[in-house]
Amino acid sequence: MKSLHLHVKGQSAKLMAESQESAGAGAPASTQNSWFKRYFIADANLNALCFVFILMAAVCALAFGSSMYSGANLQSMAFQIPEFGLIALGMMLAFLVGGIDLSIVANACLSGIIAGFILTGQWLPGLEEGSRIALAVVIALTLSTLMGLFNGILIATCAVSSLIATLGTMTFYSGIGMALTGGRSVVGFPDSFTSMGIAEVGGVPLIFIMFIAVMIIMAVMLEKTGNGRKLYLFGGNPVASLFSGINNKRMNLAAFTAIGFLAGLAGLTIIMRVNSAKVGYGDAYVFQSLIVCVIAGIHPAGGRGKVIGIGITTVLMQMAASSFTILQLSPYTTKLIWGLMLILVLGLTKDGRKLLNMLSQSLKKPAARRPAGSEDA
Amino acid sequence: MEEYAATQLRAEPHKGDPQGLPLMVEAIDITKTFGDFKALDNINLMFKGGEIHCLAGENGSGKSTLVKVISGIYTPDKGTIVVNGRNYSSITPVQSMHEGIQVIYQDLSLFEHMSVAENIAIGKLRETNQRLVNWPQIYEIAAEQLSRIGVNLDLRQELREASISTKQLTAICRALAMDAKVLFMDEPTTALTSREVDRLLAVMSELKKSGLAIIFISHKLDEVFRISDVVTVFRDGRKIGDFPSRDLNQRRLSYYMTGREISYPKYQRTSPDEPSFIELKDLCKKGMYENISLKLRKGDITGCIGLLGSGRTELALSLFGLNRPDSGQILIDGKEVSISSPTTAMDHGIALLPEDRAVQGLFLERSIAVNTTAAVIKQLCSSILGFFDFKKERSAAVDSIKRLKIKTTSEDKLSGELSGGNQQKVVLAKWLLTKPRLFIMDNPTVGIDIGSKSEIYEIAQQLAHQGMAILLLSDELEELTSNCNRIAVFYHGRIIKLLEEDELKDPHTAVFINAAIASGDIAKAQAAAKAARAGAAVQTSAAKEGK
Repeated sequence: MKSLHLHVKGQSAKLMAESQESAGAGAPASTQNSWFKRYFIADANLNALCFVFILMAAVCALAFGSSMYSGANLQSMAFQIPEFGLIALGMMLAFLVGGIDLSIVANACLSGIIAGFILTGQWLPGLEEGSRIALAVVIALTLSTLMGLFNGILIATCAVSSLIATLGTMTFYSGIGMALTGGRSVVGFPDSFTSMGIAEVGGVPLIFIMFIAVMIIMAVMLEKTGNGRKLYLFGGNPVASLFSGINNKRMNLAAFTAIGFLAGLAGLTIIMRVNSAKVGYGDAYVFQSLIVCVIAGIHPAGGRGKVIGIGITTVLMQMAASSFTILQLSPYTTKLIWGLMLILVLGLTKDGRKLLNMLSQSLKKPAARRPAGSEDA
Repeated sequence: MEEYAATQLRAEPHKGDPQGLPLMVEAIDITKTFGDFKALDNINLMFKGGEIHCLAGENGSGKSTLVKVISGIYTPDKGTIVVNGRNYSSITPVQSMHEGIQVIYQDLSLFEHMSVAENIAIGKLRETNQRLVNWPQIYEIAAEQLSRIGVNLDLRQELREASISTKQLTAICRALAMDAKVLFMDEPTTALTSREVDRLLAVMSELKKSGLAIIFISHKLDEVFRISDVVTVFRDGRKIGDFPSRDLNQRRLSYYMTGREISYPKYQRTSPDEPSFIELKDLCKKGMYENISLKLRKGDITGCIGLLGSGRTELALSLFGLNRPDSGQILIDGKEVSISSPTTAMDHGIALLPEDRAVQGLFLERSIAVNTTAAVIKQLCSSILGFFDFKKERSAAVDSIKRLKIKTTSEDKLSGELSGGNQQKVVLAKWLLTKPRLFIMDNPTVGIDIGSKSEIYEIAQQLAHQGMAILLLSDELEELTSNCNRIAVFYHGRIIKLLEEDELKDPHTAVFINAAIASGDIAKAQAAAKAARAGAAVQTSAAKEGK
């Protein structure tokens, strides 16, 4: 590893002296509380999101009380969140690199169908149940990752816009699924497979734990590693990242390949819960995951947004859906609340930003004041 | 020095009106603050018709704020604006436009997908409240305005395909179509070639003759002197004074602007005379450059000058792996290398400070720290899991801020919030962390104030003294003659002349270079330089005889 200290050999005394003079200007404003600050206070979007979340939680507590916060309802929410959450995480990655991926759900369905064929023994017959399940999972995830990679190759090397490329592959992947199944459901999975979908550890669904684990891994990779930093930079300004020696093609490939893997996980989660595989499952998730990303503060132009935002937003959405179930409203009304949420958060964000600026200004002031004279160095 | 300080204190406002020029706009006691920061402090100023008035000052000195106050974008805290005899304590953009005040901003704000004619006519048509598009009328308006400035443009050309110069002229015509009486132009010449600058300046004098008040904001002092009648100098939000431009020279003006004496030190190569470590042999790229051969030694600052399209930038991109040459060789330390991407260029120790700081150089929405480490992310990661070392990033950023004297409150400040000069220093810092052996700088001081400019020169020269080779691409001859020990003159994709150290000592080299980049004819350029030398000799001998 190269040393990064900026030692200047034979540095002229003059520059040294002057740099010492302005030393005060370069001192960090504040490094305390930076974790909390970075995550919540410094990020206007996240801030607004947390506010809405608390508001929602409070309203639900007042309006529904135990029917919302009963163990059974919380558990059923935790069962429903992962499949959609995984798709939203995939869409987030596409947003981060300034693109969009319309093919996530088609990819999830197709990998679910292929897993289904192996699980039911229609493909590779004669295997034992245990190895059948293992093989189905491995093949489904490999194929979904390859489908993601294919999107990445189209976008990175053929310079097709991600919208067009994934619109094409969405139709393509659905088409393959249709050809394989003829539009019928693949049914008859082994019980030991579907029981994973309803398994729980200490009351918490296994798939929910898996979803949390994926979120944590993704958050760490994006926010704590060098490659994550490169991805954010590339998404924010691809021209500048090219001129900084970042391999732009590799960024697109990595992002869309990872989306493919997430789609595969989502596909498996869906067929576990539904106990069948079919083209068209979860089609509505495409549009909904776009809304989730926007609400979660993932900037569609790329380069901005945090994984935790997706986590909070998916829970928020599920709470909304649950309250509608409790109110026994038509499921179509759920769409209405999604739209309202979108408007609410965006509206709040704008004002939230103003409010936040004022707050942070008053917080920063003492730290920002510098010794007189450092300015006119 | 003493003498300047004295003038500065007594700086009289430019009163007295020998030609009886009409007063168009007067600013009285204008003050504008942003938070604690006083952007304008009791500014009194008059703009007269038939006069080209230059506002000079470093970045952040208040020139642009004043323009925004007069055009109604900002409301002043205090003071009055008098336009055509009417008093405004604050003026709205619409009122300002009705009074005939037009501003042409640096980015021009044109509709790129529309034609020249539509762009010219659109403002005027909007006022007439017509519901339908009347094409003959559009062309009529456009042609009328173009004839006023005596320029011929293709009216139907779509603007995104047009040159910057055409866009510039279109913006001027749009302002004229809106019956502009007072025209502000913010850095209009930044992106123009010298020939286009000539054309623009000619248009400006034409407009001046027709009685417009033209307010010109520029960093290029030679243009200020060529065109303006009055220069108002701003520093730190205060007016230093109004000066008739014939009473000023460059040195005095830059002294007023910065409050200190600025002279660019001349670079002298001090590195030991060893053979070159980078050699270009017959490098060709069709339609861009051909047969480029160049040797670069440690400590060389090699200047590259030439008009737009002369192949300089294209060559620089090739060396940085963004524009593959068709044929020819690049040798580093005697070995032939293929530079296929910026990553390989960086592996070979080549860095590029790109031409467009805002788009290519910086992540404007990210902090200084993130920007400075953008090219060394790999080196800041742990080798096994690739975790990023935020502490090292911070210390690298703090070191860079100190070393390059970047003016900022913290390394967490967004780079987009910095002034142009400090932004450029962030880009420099980014590349210095990669420890380059060859640093290509493509127009590093465009749109940067004089103070930062000389600091950037100082940094570049210091790096060269430490043994870095620098390739300096620039349109400013003075920048090259004071910083380079060799200058390559580009013309139509070829290096037509490589001036070595001894040749640069000749004071008439400037004449030679100017003639060479324009004509491409070495013999002609040499003749011009010879004539200049002879002229100077005659003058000195005449002066001697006169004594």
